[in-house]
Amino acid sequence: MRALDIKLLRDFRRLWAQALAIALVLACGVAILLTTYGMYGALEDTRAAYYQRNRFADVFGDANRAPQALLPVILAIDGVRAAEVRVVEHVILDVPGRVETVTGRVLSLPDNGVAQLNLPLVRKGRLPDPTRPDEVAVNDPFAKANNLRPGDSFFANLNGQKRELTLTGTVLSPEFIYTIGPGALMPDNKSFGILWMPQRAVAAAFNMEGAFNSVSLKLDPAANQEAVIERLDVLLAPYGGRGAYGRDVQVSNSFIDAEIEQQRIGSMILPPIFYGISAFLVSMVIGRIIALERSEIGLLKAIGYSDLEVCLHYLLLAGMIAVAGTLLGWGVGTWLSRAVARMYAQFFDFPYLIYRVSYDAYVISGVLAVLSAAIGAGKSALAAARIAPAVAMSPPAPPRFKHTLLDKILTALRLSQPVMMILRSLVRWPGRSAMTILGLSLAAAVLVASSFFEDALDVLMDTTFHQANRQDAVLLFSPDVPETALAAIVKLPGVLSAEGQQFHAAILRHGHLEKETSIDARRPGSDLSRIVDGAGKIVDAPVDGVLLTKRLAAYLDAGAGDVIEVELRGGRNETHEIRVAGVVTQYFGLGAYMDLETLNRLLRQAPRISSANLLIDEQQLPALHQVLKETPELSGLMMLKEMRQSFDDTIKQNIVIMTTIYVVIAVLITFGVAYNGARIQLSERARELASLRILGFTRGEVSFILMGETMLLAVVAQPLGWLLGAGIAAVLSEGSTSDLYAIPLVLEPSGFARASLIVLAAALISSLIVRRRLDRLDLIQVMKTRE
Amino acid sequence: MPDIVFTTKGVTKVYDTGELKVHALAGVDLELFAGELTVLLGPSGSGKSTLLNILGGLDHATDGRVWFRDLELTRLGDRDLTQYRRDHVGFVFQFYNLIPSLTARENVQLVTDVADNPMHPGEALEQVGLAARMEHFPAELSGGEQQRVAIARAIAKRPEVLLCDEPTGALDSKTGVQVLEALKDINEQLGTTTAVITHNASIRKMANRVIYFQDGMIDRVEVNERQIAPSEISW
Ligand SMILES: Nc1ncnc2c1ncn2[C@@H]1O[C@H](COP(=O)(O)OP(=O)(O)OP(=O)(O)O)[C@@H](O)[C@H]1O
Ligand SMILES: [Mg+2]
Repeated sequence: MRALDIKLLRDFRRLWAQALAIALVLACGVAILLTTYGMYGALEDTRAAYYQRNRFADVFGDANRAPQALLPVILAIDGVRAAEVRVVEHVILDVPGRVETVTGRVLSLPDNGVAQLNLPLVRKGRLPDPTRPDEVAVNDPFAKANNLRPGDSFFANLNGQKRELTLTGTVLSPEFIYTIGPGALMPDNKSFGILWMPQRAVAAAFNMEGAFNSVSLKLDPAANQEAVIERLDVLLAPYGGRGAYGRDVQVSNSFIDAEIEQQRIGSMILPPIFYGISAFLVSMVIGRIIALERSEIGLLKAIGYSDLEVCLHYLLLAGMIAVAGTLLGWGVGTWLSRAVARMYAQFFDFPYLIYRVSYDAYVISGVLAVLSAAIGAGKSALAAARIAPAVAMSPPAPPRFKHTLLDKILTALRLSQPVMMILRSLVRWPGRSAMTILGLSLAAAVLVASSFFEDALDVLMDTTFHQANRQDAVLLFSPDVPETALAAIVKLPGVLSAEGQQFHAAILRHGHLEKETSIDARRPGSDLSRIVDGAGKIVDAPVDGVLLTKRLAAYLDAGAGDVIEVELRGGRNETHEIRVAGVVTQYFGLGAYMDLETLNRLLRQAPRISSANLLIDEQQLPALHQVLKETPELSGLMMLKEMRQSFDDTIKQNIVIMTTIYVVIAVLITFGVAYNGARIQLSERARELASLRILGFTRGEVSFILMGETMLLAVVAQPLGWLLGAGIAAVLSEGSTSDLYAIPLVLEPSGFARASLIVLAAALISSLIVRRRLDRLDLIQVMKTRE
Repeated sequence: MPDIVFTTKGVTKVYDTGELKVHALAGVDLELFAGELTVLLGPSGSGKSTLLNILGGLDHATDGRVWFRDLELTRLGDRDLTQYRRDHVGFVFQFYNLIPSLTARENVQLVTDVADNPMHPGEALEQVGLAARMEHFPAELSGGEQQRVAIARAIAKRPEVLLCDEPTGALDSKTGVQVLEALKDINEQLGTTTAVITHNASIRKMANRVIYFQDGMIDRVEVNERQIAPSEISW
C-alpha cells in the first residue's frame, strides 16, 4: 500500500471519535432518506402493481336503485373501457362468540362468479359459488381479527332477515387496502368487515333484482375523467345518484395518497438537514486537520506530490467518513424500512409489498452522503492544494487576532481572562460559531417539532373526543330513518339518552369553486355531539344558513355573509342558495353544519336522521347489542369508548416511537456538533490551555474556557432552535392537512423547554467527554511539540 | 572543471507584505557544480532559505533566471515544477517534517512511491544507519534519528541534488555530526550534488565550496582545497 494511503488509514483511525460523531449524523440522513424514499417508492409501486393486476376501477358511482339496463349506456360513455355494476349494502353481523355488534358492507359478485373490476384476491379458501345464497367471502383482516376460517359460519341480518352464512374464503381487494368503517377514525377489523356474496343472493335479500346501486368504471388511458364523471352523474341522477367520483376521493386510495405524500415530504425535509450538518462538521474537522498539517502538506508537495494528489488525500479522508456514515445509515435504514413496512402491514392490507426501488434509494442516499462530505471538505482540500510547498520550510505563523471594536468593548467590560478568551474565539471564527449555533439550533428544532406532534394530537384528541363527541355510541342508519325513531331508540335497553344527527351528501359551490362534502344537520342544543370551534366554544348549527369548517371555507373561498349554492344530492337533487352563517375551525373532515329542521325543509320532508348518538349504561351493553344485532336499519355502530381507547393506544405507541427517533436524532446532531466543536477548540488551544495550567490555573478554570464556548453557543442556539422548530411544525401542520383531517399547530412552552433541556444536556455531556481529554493533557508534551 | 548543475542569473525575490516590500534576494548570480557539497552561510534573514527554495522549485523568483542543467526553472509553471521536484530534488528541512502517523520506513516510502528509480526504503535507511529503527514512529525517535530519517527520505529517490536547510539546526553537536556524516557519505558514494544551509561556521570545513550571503546577495565564495571529515567538526 502507498505510504500516503497508510497515512490516510491511520489518520482515520486516530480521528475515529470525531469521524463517528459525524458519521452518525450522516447516517441519520442516509437512513431517513433510504426509509422515506424507499417507502415512497415501495408504496407507489406496490399500489400501482396491485391496482393494475386486480383492475382497480378509475371511477365510482353510487345510486339508490338504477336499472341494469343502464349498463350498456354507461359502457357507451366516451372513454369507458369497462364497467361493472353491483349491489352494495350494509349488514349487521352476529359473529359467534362476540357480544358486540359487528357491521359490514356486502358487495355483490357477478353471476358468473368472475368480477371484472376490483378483483378480490383470494387469500384462503375460495370465492362463493354464484348459485349458493348462503356462501360468503370476507376480507382477510376481518377474518383474522375475528378468528374466522373457511368453513366457519356466522349470522347476518340482511335487510331484516337473519341468515346463517358460511365462509368459503378470505380475500383482499384493491378497494380496501385501508379499510375503515363508516364514521370510524381508524381501521378496526374486529368490528367492521367486507363481505362478498353472489349477486343473486344479495339482490334477492335487498329487493334489487335487475337493479344496481354501485358502478365501477375502468377508463381508457386517454379518457377525460372529468367528462366521464359528469356524464355518469347525469345518467345516475334520476336513480338517486350521489355523485360519481374518481380514485382521488376513494376512501382507501386517498389514505394511501396521504401516506405517500407524507413519505415524500419526509424525504425532502429531514435528510437535507442531516446532509447539511454533516457537510459543516466535515468542513470544520478537515479544515482543522489541514491547518494542523500545513507543514506536512508543504512537505508532500516539496517531495513531488501534485496538488491533485494532496487535495484527493483530504477528500478521501472526508470520503471515508462519508462511507462510514453511509454504511451505518444503510444498516439502520434497512432496519427502519422493515419497521415501517411492518407498520404499513398493520394499517394497510396489501397482499404484498414491492420493495425493489430500494436500490435507487441506496445509491442516491450514498451518493448524497459522499457529495455532502466532499462539499464540506472541498474548500479546505482546495486550500490544502494551494498551500505553497515552501511552507514546509517554515513554521506556521501564529493566528492573527485583530483588534476590533468588539475587542474594545470587551476590554471595557472588564471581563475575566477566561471569559475574554471565550468571547474572542467566538469573534475570531464567526463563520464557525454561526454554523455551530445553527447546527445546535436544528437539534432543538427537531425536538420542538416532535413535541408539537404530541401536543397537537393531545389537543385534537381532547376536542374531538371529550369536547365535541361525548356520546358513548353512535348508531348509523342507511338509509336515513325518520327522526321519530329516536323515541324507540331511547327505549332500547341501556340507552340513557339519544340525539339524532343527519348527514346529507351535497355539492357546495361558490363562484367557480366547488366541493363535494356532506352536510351535518342537528337540532340546536345537542349535547352529545357538539360543534366546538377552535377556541373551545360550543356553537349551534345555524337555524338560518350554513356553518362551514375553516378548510371547506378556504376551498370555496367563502366567508360569513357570502351566499353559496348547495346542491343536495340524492332524491330531487335540488340546488339552494344559502348564506354562510359562519366559519368554524375543525380538525376532522370538511363538514358543513345546518339545522336539522332547516335542512329537511329544503329536502321537503319530515326530519330524518342518519345517526343516533347514545349515552349508554355500560351494565346493559350486552342486552343492547342483542337488540342491535336484530336491527336491519342499522348500517354501522361505533362504540366511542373503544374507539377512543384504540385511537389513543395507536397514537401513543406511534408517539413513543417517533419521540424516541427524534430524541436520538437530536442527540446525535448535538453530539456531532458539540463534540467536534470542543475537540477542535481543544486542538487549537492545547498550548494556550497548557500554558494556563502551568501558570497555575486549576483544571476547573481551564476546562471552563473549553466548555464555556461550547455551552455558550448551545445556549445562544436555543431561541433560534425554538423559532426553527416552530417553523418546521408549521410546515408539518400545513403538510398534514388533507380532506380527512388537519393537525393543529399547537406549541406548548413545555415542548420548547424539553427540547432545550435535551440539547443542552447532550452538549454538556459532549464537552465533558472532551474535558476528560483536557484533564489527561500531557503539559510537557504539548509545550514541546511545534504547533 | 565539473559540470554545472545550477546556474542563476540576477535572481531577485521581493515579498510584498502590503505596507513594505522585503527584498529577500537582490540579484544573485551563482553556479553549483555536480557532485560538490556546498555550504551556504550568512546572517539570519540574508536570503539563504529563499534561494534554496527557488533552486528546489518550491518557490518562484521575482526576477532573474535559474537553470537546472538545461532546464530553465524560471520558465516552469507549478505543474512542471512539481514534476521537477519529483524527479530531481531531495529536501532536508530543519524541523525534519516527518509525518507523525507514519513509521520511519513509511516516511521514506512516501518518496519512493512517486519516484522513478528509487532505492528500497530499507536501503535508504541503512545508508543513514537506521536499519534497526525502521518500524518506529517519529515520536519514538530522537531528533538526530528523525533528521536522519528525513535524509533517508530525501536520498531514497536517488536525487541528483540534495538541498538541506539547517539540517543540524535543532540538533546537538554529537547528533549533528551523525547527520553530517550521513550527508557526506551520500555525497561521496552517490555523487549527489548537495547544498547545505547552516548557521554553524565550523561546518564549512567539510564543504567543497562555501557561499557567504549578506543582505540578499552573495558576499563571497570560498573554495576549500581540502575537506575535513564531519567527525573532526564539533560545536
Ligand atoms: N513569506 C514571506 N513573507 C515576507 N517576507 C519573507 C517571507 N519569507 C521570508 N521573508 C523575508 O525574506 C528575508 C529572507 O528570508 P530567508 O528565510 O531567506 O532568510 P534566511 O537567510 O534563511 O534566514 P534564517 O537564517 O533566519 O533562516 C527575510 O527578511 C524574511 O523576513
Ligand atoms: Mg532560513
